[in-house]
Amino acid sequence: MAGPLYAADPPGAVASADLEGLTALFHARSGTTHILAPPAPQILQALASGPADAGEIAARLAADFELAAEADAAAAISARLAELEAAGLVWRESAPTADSGTKTAAGSGQALE
Amino acid sequence: MRHRFELRVGPVAFRIGSAWRGPVDALRRLYSGYPAPEGVCDFTVRLEPERPWRRALRPSVAIRGDYMLPGAAPLALAHGLLAAEMGMNLQMALGQRRFLLLHAAAVEREGKAVLLTGHSGAGKSTLSALLGERGWRFMGDEFALLDPESGLIHSFPRTVSLKNESLALFGQVDPARLGPVMEGTPKGTIRHLRPPANAVARMAEPAEPALILFPRFGSNMAGEAREVGSAEVFVRLTQASTNYVALGRRGFVALTRLVSSVPARAIDYATSDEGVRLVEEQWRG
Repeated sequence: MAGPLYAADPPGAVASADLEGLTALFHARSGTTHILAPPAPQILQALASGPADAGEIAARLAADFELAAEADAAAAISARLAELEAAGLVWRESAPTADSGTKTAAGSGQALE
Repeated sequence: MRHRFELRVGPVAFRIGSAWRGPVDALRRLYSGYPAPEGVCDFTVRLEPERPWRRALRPSVAIRGDYMLPGAAPLALAHGLLAAEMGMNLQMALGQRRFLLLHAAAVEREGKAVLLTGHSGAGKSTLSALLGERGWRFMGDEFALLDPESGLIHSFPRTVSLKNESLALFGQVDPARLGPVMEGTPKGTIRHLRPPANAVARMAEPAEPALILFPRFGSNMAGEAREVGSAEVFVRLTQASTNYVALGRRGFVALTRLVSSVPARAIDYATSDEGVRLVEEQWRG
């Protein structure tokens, strides 16, 4: 399933600390601190190797974690990606391919201030 | 400025200028024994007439300085000492960049610091001042200064501002350590207490943070302690810091290191003696 491609800042642009299962993350570009619960930190980690859609992120995570059925995992990851996008930690890199049938907003891929 | 006073509180040097003699004289008395700055002052506080003609006619003190909050309400001249104290706090809160500033009281024993942080009214000032009279070194009742490089807590032993009911708890101290009683201030009745001599003499000694406490005071509190998870501690301390955002990554690294390495507990207490007992118990583990 091809959906929108998401990208995140490279690992060097953020600082993070594990706080009893939660992750405190300092996003240098915005100067904002976030507290993230799994699997959000893992999704950001998976994006460190380059932009990916939810299916590809699920595949990358499957290398390290035991996931539910791939379609279910991708749906859950899509929901988390939307939250991360709202928080300014990921953004859409480009529109999806024409055959995906997924509706996306025009002008996506905007970077954050 | 007609009247001036310079002093050092912990690692910070202040210059206070005033259009009136009264607040400066009161500061000199209250801060008797504090060292003078060795070099350039970090912050300047100016107490000025709100309008030029008000100096004589209806005296009202406006707090100004290197850093200002627009719309800070002027105070009556009788509260000039409070204005000077608020001005010093304001300069620290808005201008301090060397340390991560935590809105917390701190006391020290055996080189280790206990931080007490919480909302206004939680009893930070009262508890830290009482502990300072009972064998602990008082390091400050308002700000604990976390050095991002060393991870140590630096002392900021300003005079304690005792409010309302707390005044009666310090009836036994040397009267020379107490400032004038100021009634009808925006925070109620206030009287300043100079910290014990050892707190002033050792103000340059930092301490290793060893315990973070979140006191909560209330007449129906149960007198108990409970663990606080590090993620909650982190969030609460970002809220308790006036310059966390300004310090950027340095602040983040300093704070995550603190909360990852230092245990934290909440304590609920109904009387000041119970509060002191709980701090001592948590300290002993």
